[in-house]
Amino acid sequence: MSGKNYSAGVKEYRETYWEPDYPVKETDLLACFKVVPQEGVDPEEAAAAVAAESSTGTWTTVWTDLLTDLEYYKGRAFRIEPVPGQDGAWYAFVAYPLDLFEEGSVVNVITSIAGNVFGFKAVRSLRLEDIRFPVAYVTTCGGPPHGIQVERDIMNKYGRAMLGCTIKPKLGLSAKNYGRAVYECLRGGLDFTKDDENVNSQPFMRWRQRFDFVAEAVHKATAETGEKKGHYLNVTAPTVEEMFKRAEHAKSLDMPIIMHDYLTAGFTANTSLANWCRENGMLLHIHRALHAVLDRNPDHGIHFRVLAKMLRLSGGDHLHSGTVVGKLEGDREATLGWIDIMRESFVPENRARGIFFDQDWGHMPGMFPVASGGIHVWHMPALVSIFGDDAVFQFGGGTLGHPWGNAAGAAANRVALEACTEARNQGRNVEREGKEILTAAAKHSPELGAAMETWKEITFEFETVDKLAAG
Amino acid sequence: MSKVANIKDYRSSQDDPGSRRYGTFSYLPEMDAGRLRKQIEHILARGWNPAVEHVEPSRSAENYWYMWKLPMFGETDIDRVLAEIDECHKAWPGHLIRLIGYDNLAQSQGASIVVHRPGA
Repeated sequence: MSGKNYSAGVKEYRETYWEPDYPVKETDLLACFKVVPQEGVDPEEAAAAVAAESSTGTWTTVWTDLLTDLEYYKGRAFRIEPVPGQDGAWYAFVAYPLDLFEEGSVVNVITSIAGNVFGFKAVRSLRLEDIRFPVAYVTTCGGPPHGIQVERDIMNKYGRAMLGCTIKPKLGLSAKNYGRAVYECLRGGLDFTKDDENVNSQPFMRWRQRFDFVAEAVHKATAETGEKKGHYLNVTAPTVEEMFKRAEHAKSLDMPIIMHDYLTAGFTANTSLANWCRENGMLLHIHRALHAVLDRNPDHGIHFRVLAKMLRLSGGDHLHSGTVVGKLEGDREATLGWIDIMRESFVPENRARGIFFDQDWGHMPGMFPVASGGIHVWHMPALVSIFGDDAVFQFGGGTLGHPWGNAAGAAANRVALEACTEARNQGRNVEREGKEILTAAAKHSPELGAAMETWKEITFEFETVDKLAAG
Repeated sequence: MSKVANIKDYRSSQDDPGSRRYGTFSYLPEMDAGRLRKQIEHILARGWNPAVEHVEPSRSAENYWYMWKLPMFGETDIDRVLAEIDECHKAWPGHLIRLIGYDNLAQSQGASIVVHRPGA
């Protein structure tokens, strides 16, 4: 464009990157940050600085700015709002043009938007609260290899949530003893068992022997019960070559599902693995080690709802969501918010659930949220009521800790789930009537009775650290 | 001293057809007419289309069971659905029978309940 002259020096960011009148485009990628500006920096300037540093800006004017059309390429802060109940903190809304991001690359998006800007001096703290991905961008990503509906057909499971269990102790078992624990859980009525996230291929149990013994356990339990079974074989590995080698072996053993840790292994590896799973008809369970490092501090980092969106784009059929009721973090409304993000095809803005933007997923399939951690039969009524059917409930200690062993623990969980599901379908208030429902079901299931006896006193009731902003 | 005397053995084996399970609600006692009515009511209230299928017990793990007639599209009468289950049962007394609620919006089955389990 003519009429612009190069003038060296430092300008205020707001001159270029604060546009309160900007009309947001359907194709813009939108981000909401929680910003606490440094002393003396007003919120408009802080918001503009974030927009600049996460898009085209740098700290000083450079002559090459004039070789392009920055008006076209720059990100813009277009709205700020005070954070309810937190003085000095602001929600800053930034719009980025679609052209700033490589198609189908959540890696590129997160590198831009959650890159250098988080170490930036003008802000005391910064948290990425939400991203609105335009449908135009969503359709460039592969997404879940199969999605909820296809997984139900593959596993032949309808009209209820699915049940899983993480095998414990998480470290130290031999492969053959580990396979025993898997077999007992599956024959007792669970749909899935799971490798712990830190089970990869340690000296006490190399991956190949684990896969081989677990496969025998899965096949035998399938034949015995007549129901489809699976074990999330963890293919998380030091290199992508090794990861694919393990995935191929799982396929050769006729296993229906594998697992991956998407944050520690990285989005590139995860997206490649998701593509492999789609190509090979393999379901993909995703664990989220590292997420609390990124998402737990209410003033810094990346909210889990963003990490969940990134994963849905990168690809996974299951993703851990927290339980609301167990030993891990997550307040109920916020959890319902990111469960919607995992499962629904359109998620409307809903501040009460911490959702800042409408999100249209187009044709992209949904994924199963996985509730795992510190849960047992007494939590079942609440889980059925909170999550509904499209979820996996994972009882680790709540299966393996049964006084009669894993098969009995599994049967207890299955009976409890089916009793709560039946009651829910009858229109009963499952949470309020949970005790009566379980007590009645235990009359036909001594396994459930023993589980109710074992865990009746245990509850986890800590305040959540990251609460939604009031109001 | 071990506590093994207090432990109940989990009775299940591959050669025992009684160890087979058939999906949702197969870990609960078989549905009587009263319980079944309520599940049908739920299926109809959700706008799902009821359908009846049956199969030899030895083939229960297969995806495709034999369809009984066609799904009851648009059916709103619980007694009609019960009558079809009954008729199917009379025609195939030794077979497993399941009731499906087809959820056409989700392109899935909202419900799939085995309602007769001979030999279980």
